[in-house]
Amino acid sequence: MPDLVATPGQTIGPFFHYALPFDRDRELVPPGRPDAVRLHGTVYDGAGKPIPDALLEIRQADATGQVPAVEGSLRRDGTVFTGWGRCAVDSVGRYSFTTVVPGPSSPGGAAFYAVTVFARGLLNRLFTRAYIPGDADALEADPLLAGLDPEARDGLVAVREEDGSLRFDVHLQGGRETVFLAFPRHA
Amino acid sequence: MMSNLDSQEVVSKEIADLHAGAEGETQPRLDFAPYRSSLLRHPTKDLRHADPEGAELVAPVFGHSDIDPVEADLTIQAGGEPIGERIVVRGRVLDGDGRPVRGQLVEIWQANAAGRYIHKGDQHPAPIDRHFTGVGRCLTGDDGSYAFTTIKPGPYPWRNHHNAWRPAHIHFSLFGTEFTQRMITQMYFPGDPLFALDPIYQAITDQKARDRLVATYDHDLSEHEWLLGYRWDIVLTGTHGTWMEADDA
Repeated sequence: MPDLVATPGQTIGPFFHYALPFDRDRELVPPGRPDAVRLHGTVYDGAGKPIPDALLEIRQADATGQVPAVEGSLRRDGTVFTGWGRCAVDSVGRYSFTTVVPGPSSPGGAAFYAVTVFARGLLNRLFTRAYIPGDADALEADPLLAGLDPEARDGLVAVREEDGSLRFDVHLQGGRETVFLAFPRHA
Repeated sequence: MMSNLDSQEVVSKEIADLHAGAEGETQPRLDFAPYRSSLLRHPTKDLRHADPEGAELVAPVFGHSDIDPVEADLTIQAGGEPIGERIVVRGRVLDGDGRPVRGQLVEIWQANAAGRYIHKGDQHPAPIDRHFTGVGRCLTGDDGSYAFTTIKPGPYPWRNHHNAWRPAHIHFSLFGTEFTQRMITQMYFPGDPLFALDPIYQAITDQKARDRLVATYDHDLSEHEWLLGYRWDIVLTGTHGTWMEADDA
């Protein structure tokens, strides 16, 4: 098969707000569901200032580790879990998804939300992972986390807040810069 | 207007300096100072290589319950004919192995013919067209094809530097079959005199790579007494399902 060169990415720019957000885009499950969890955080620039024009997407497995491949994200009816959501940050850089805690994709593995970050000023999208805290053995054994120094590693593990929510901040640059990912076969 | 913004000459010189010695890059630099907004918004560390797993290997699925076919025609959404040059943009979405990406979501957004977005943040004193929202969505066909009927967007000014103007473009948001293929980009129109001056477009340092963002005029797509046709194919990164070790680049 031909090996084609990928089309270049470009910044999402400042004017995506009237195009990409949609009704209940951040509600992978309805907020009232007993197993609903809030995944939230703030996106910061290299000066430590919140970025008001970023957009995040998450892709995830359900609680059993299965990744759903079903339609229905753009017109959510509250009954179908599609495992994908989108959230533009607010004027102080905050995002918030309502979802479930994903299960690991393999037994004993470390579970995570796959996260994609877009922003004005960011010339191409960035990938990262928000790992679920708690299972120390699984996190310890994770191949990606195992290769990171402790500070970088901690930055990829969401923090369990007192209210039960999960906080995952994104630092595009600086001392607490988030670890961003490239995958094999990506130029 | 009084301004402490740099001149185009200063920005163009920075672009030329960054291009010197750059060769063969296929994606934009994240660290590209001529685009001033990137200064504090690019990671300084190299991207970390990771083997994708779980949710990363499965793109979200969209279907006919998600969007309406009329969303692919941006000229009929707002209760009247928008002003401007009516065009169709048609092409295919392929993965890195040349396979069509089937039944997948394509989203676009753009300025109107006067270079104005319907967005609170766009204060450019050009007219809003109440018959044009500039937002479209469609699903690709079995051959990976997409098509949007729209109005050719105008260039518009921005404040990156003094007298800065973006070349006319349409924003595209794309999904593949894996979430690792997610991408957002901009499609440009052939022959735009603003290309050389634009630090966003020029953040892609290689001419061949930049050319991949430029649609071609295709007279076979134009329709008699109706619209002009542009063709633009999109290639996503490779998938990992059929990953051969020799390809690990």
